[in-house]
Amino acid sequence: MIDPGQAVEAGKGRPRDAKLLSAIVFGLAFGFLLQKGGVAKCNVLIGQLLLQDFTVVKVMLTAIVVGMVGIFALNHFAKVNLHLLPTRVGAQVIGGVIFGIGFALLAYCPGTGAAALGQGSWDVVFGLAGLVAGSLLYAELSGRLKKSVETWGDLGKMTIADLFHVPRLPFALATAALLTVGLVGLHRAFPR
Amino acid sequence: MNRCVLAALLVAPSAAIAADFGVNALTYDGGAWSPYVVGAGIGVLSWCTFYFADKALGASSAYATLAGLIGKLVAPRHIESLEYYRCNPPHLDWGLVLVLFTIVGGLVAAWTGSEFRNEWLHPMWVDRFGDDLVLRGVVACAGGVLMAFGARLAGGCTSGHGISGTLQLNAGSWLTVIAMFIAGIATAMLLYGAR
Repeated sequence: MIDPGQAVEAGKGRPRDAKLLSAIVFGLAFGFLLQKGGVAKCNVLIGQLLLQDFTVVKVMLTAIVVGMVGIFALNHFAKVNLHLLPTRVGAQVIGGVIFGIGFALLAYCPGTGAAALGQGSWDVVFGLAGLVAGSLLYAELSGRLKKSVETWGDLGKMTIADLFHVPRLPFALATAALLTVGLVGLHRAFPR
Repeated sequence: MNRCVLAALLVAPSAAIAADFGVNALTYDGGAWSPYVVGAGIGVLSWCTFYFADKALGASSAYATLAGLIGKLVAPRHIESLEYYRCNPPHLDWGLVLVLFTIVGGLVAAWTGSEFRNEWLHPMWVDRFGDDLVLRGVVACAGGVLMAFGARLAGGCTSGHGISGTLQLNAGSWLTVIAMFIAGIATAMLLYGAR
């Protein structure tokens, strides 16, 4: 998606193969970090859902804070495009709930599940088969869902800053600061 | 003030409920590295994917692409007729390569940290539900089906919405992640609750 007013031709002019090669490097790094963080272990993921082990939220919030500052700074200086997904209230609440139930059952998510396979947690194989089957099920119904559920509360592509009509970079920096305070509190309340 | 509220919000329910659980997740291995180091690494990785590839990190769409590629072998015309695959024609794309190498990255990390598990059932699962692999297989597969369906309906998973979307302050991503966690917490507490 090209960000209005700050269009960047990032990646353009680079051959498609070079882009695919970059996925190899980024995939390796992603899987490596997920496993080292412990989030490819099902007790860590279930522990988060049982509110016993806060590793997952710590990893996610730190990634969000670091990523947010960098991405909005780079976007402000027109170095990267944002890749916003549409906000569809109905589909996202329903989809999020269905995902959450599945997450607790499988005890891995789509990204950490891939890292778990590399880690030799073979039970994830059943889950990966389910992920492929579930994707196909969605695709089968996608025509109907697009005309019904996905139109409920469709607000298009927007950031929370746009919602409040405030400039993006300052809002992102303030949010990152607030989340950092939250992380410090989380760290004090839960050693792991 | 802020911290007290946060701590109260998190500690009160967990302390009240945790005592009743059949399992304590903290008795099993945690992460090898600090979650803050790993989180910061994923944040920097996001900068790189945006800058070098003009892409956001995401995992779930790779499974849909794989499903489409498999489906095309069996019924190519039917797959091409489906709305989702008309908008997202399946081919070996950036997202699928990313997830394939996420597997390899997990292997390298486990190997270098002497954490390669080579196990069919996690000890926590065995402690709670016994060592019946069929039960685990059915539950895991059902979980996968629900997760993929939910992720496609919502437009992303714990990576695409949970990290990439939230860090862009994407309104729908925060909504999705909150819905995911509320449903996940409720389901996990039912599954792993008092015996």
